[in-house]
Amino acid sequence: MARESIAGLIAQLHQSKITRREFTQRAAVAGLSAGLVGNVLAVHAAKAQDLPEAATIGIPGTPHTTDTSKGTIKLYSSWPFTGAMERIGGHAIEATYMCLEDFGNAAGGFAIEYEPLDEGIAANEGRWDPGKATENANRAINDESCMAYLGTYNSGSAAISVPLTNVAGLAQISFANTYPGLTTSFEGATEEGEPDLYYPTGTRNYMRVCPADHVQGDAGARWAIHENGRSKAYILHDNSLYGKGVANVFALIFAQEGGEVLGNDGYDPRASDYQSLMTSIADAGPDIIYVGATVDNNAAKLLQDMRGVMSADDVTFLGPDGLNTDTFVQGAADAAEGAWITFGGFSADALVELGGPGADYVARIRERLDLGETGQPDSYAVYAYESMVVVLQAIERAGAADRTAILDQMFGTEGFVTLAGTTWSFNDEGDIDNPVIGLIRVVDGVLTFQGTAN
Amino acid sequence: MLLVLLAIGLIYGAYDRPELFAQYIIIGVANGALIALIALGYTLVYGIVELINFAHGEVFMMGAYFALTVVATTGVTTEKGWLILAAAAILALLGSMVFSSAINWGIDRVAYRRLRHAPRLAPLICAIGFSFILQQMAVYWKGGNPLSPPALIPSEYRAYNILQEWFGLETRIRIRPLDLAVVLITIPLLILLQWFIQRTRTGKAMRATAQDRDAAALMGIDVNRAISIAFIVGGALAGAAGMIAVYYINSARPGMGFRYGLYAFTAAVVGGIGNLNGAVIGGFIIGIAWSLSDGFLKTYPGGHFSWWGAQWTPALIFGLLVVTMVFRPSGILGETTAEKV
Repeated sequence: MARESIAGLIAQLHQSKITRREFTQRAAVAGLSAGLVGNVLAVHAAKAQDLPEAATIGIPGTPHTTDTSKGTIKLYSSWPFTGAMERIGGHAIEATYMCLEDFGNAAGGFAIEYEPLDEGIAANEGRWDPGKATENANRAINDESCMAYLGTYNSGSAAISVPLTNVAGLAQISFANTYPGLTTSFEGATEEGEPDLYYPTGTRNYMRVCPADHVQGDAGARWAIHENGRSKAYILHDNSLYGKGVANVFALIFAQEGGEVLGNDGYDPRASDYQSLMTSIADAGPDIIYVGATVDNNAAKLLQDMRGVMSADDVTFLGPDGLNTDTFVQGAADAAEGAWITFGGFSADALVELGGPGADYVARIRERLDLGETGQPDSYAVYAYESMVVVLQAIERAGAADRTAILDQMFGTEGFVTLAGTTWSFNDEGDIDNPVIGLIRVVDGVLTFQGTAN
Repeated sequence: MLLVLLAIGLIYGAYDRPELFAQYIIIGVANGALIALIALGYTLVYGIVELINFAHGEVFMMGAYFALTVVATTGVTTEKGWLILAAAAILALLGSMVFSSAINWGIDRVAYRRLRHAPRLAPLICAIGFSFILQQMAVYWKGGNPLSPPALIPSEYRAYNILQEWFGLETRIRIRPLDLAVVLITIPLLILLQWFIQRTRTGKAMRATAQDRDAAALMGIDVNRAISIAFIVGGALAGAAGMIAVYYINSARPGMGFRYGLYAFTAAVVGGIGNLNGAVIGGFIIGIAWSLSDGFLKTYPGGHFSWWGAQWTPALIFGLLVVTMVFRPSGILGETTAEKV
């Protein structure tokens, strides 16, 4: 095969007749040195077709340059990823790295460096720790090259870090915080003074790409009554900001919709046995138990002891997104069968069925995580990928290493197309304006997407 | 006054809902037996070296993980016959006892023995350090997530009610084979321990060391050996408790030793630390208090505690510890038994 002319290839690239990837491959065959290939690409803005399909999401038409002549921008993330949080946190980090690599580790003329910070401590089985939350936030704030802070996973942790990043004028974006009070006020579910107490400067700097719990609790309660046909609920929560918040919303809406709330109590997440608790709940005669908790707060054991005295045929188990992970199913073993979980979005299987960027994301994250063709990446990793897209596109639009400009661009995200193909914009409070709540059920030991609940 | 009201409420509850009350007691006794086994390790070591071995809860946890590993290694499943299942269970029990003994002995050999004459705070801090080390080792060994044990008990027996199936009783009270097994394994171990301490030469040497270490040494007793045996026996009991716990609660996780360990320590103190019978009594008291607090207290007395929830159980149990310390610092049996260990 005759060699192509270098000038011809460059011309084709500029005319968008070939992609950057094709250019790189063919230029190598034509004998162009790696350095020259880099120089050509550096001055050429990346087009959508250059990016892997998953990376074509976000605000349509946003350009992407891999030029790094303006310097380096640092991004930190903070969530737990060891011990009990190894799977959830680890998958989210891998999705974040994948996104960054999809965008060529660059945006807006800057090289992008990313460093994940662990928010968990060994003494707490890897769960988040307030001291680490503060330490990580301060580390990002004090690094002048840091332009955005990704995280956190736990809403309680965000309640600590958001006021810190707020004072520093640093944009913070979460892939998993769902407690309503972080962004909005919701009667019955948020505390007095929220969310203003998290924003000492009076200016918002925090946003999240996942639906908040007042949406999730609301959808779950309506589904329980109108679709699942339940009327008597007993509600438990792990006493965390997240667990209590989502449980309170569920209780409120369940009662509003005509259901009877038999109890709404906290439980001790460190206990090893809940037989007595479940015996007393069974005695109250509920037909649904709602557990507001994250998987690291012993919810699997709670379900095991529930099934010891209440069968899946008689009493529905419903939990929020904090339980939407294989860790929960494996921990509860046989008892998990038939359990229902709400989740703000779509499962990996649903994304594959939808095709397009979502399917591309799932295929590649499975490969990176060595999950095989059917393994389930953690559901929240999707949001970790999307939140990184928000940050990179904001840097692209801002075109400057300026915290305020990048924050404005992030907050101004409009018409963002997700991996599932839905579209949202951030509202004034930093929440997405078009949340979708998915319904997941454990079938044959696998978290299986059942459809949407709202 | 509050305690009197509480007692009246509980008595009324037992009268009003006897079956429900009995169910809580059964759950409490089974959990209490587990706590008692762990508490014996605390009290045995304290009795002989006056050290609160805060790593003991984690020794129990490591026993649970080892039991899981042994059963998984044998590859035994519930399709096998009862004899094979029983053999695997006994192997796991003995294996976890030996494993936990080795860990406890190792900790003493590596650290505590060197600190025999150091200020009391030194071995105490050391024990806390070992507690964290063992937790981390468990995380590296098996991961941080809860693990379900390999099936050793056919699933139909997990919800099997002995009262209905064996005795044909029409009752809501449920005693499962597992509830019975916890008590039936625990009680012989306790009797064996009593016999060992009271009747054997080694037991007598341990009691002598507990009474006066220097005098025991002058009488030709190998004090270090006696102390090592206390750690070995305490570890074996923790290992047995680990094996029982992993099948009784049907899961194991690196943090399981923390809460059980604290409850067991409380049981040892409430019963009278250093006193074997006291540890057992304390274990049952804590187990039953835990069970009643989780379930019964909310409804009785008279619904006055309707705001109560299971999240208050640790506060109640540690409240018991504080009350015991204030009104009876030596614990329930602390003064009635002349001899320690």
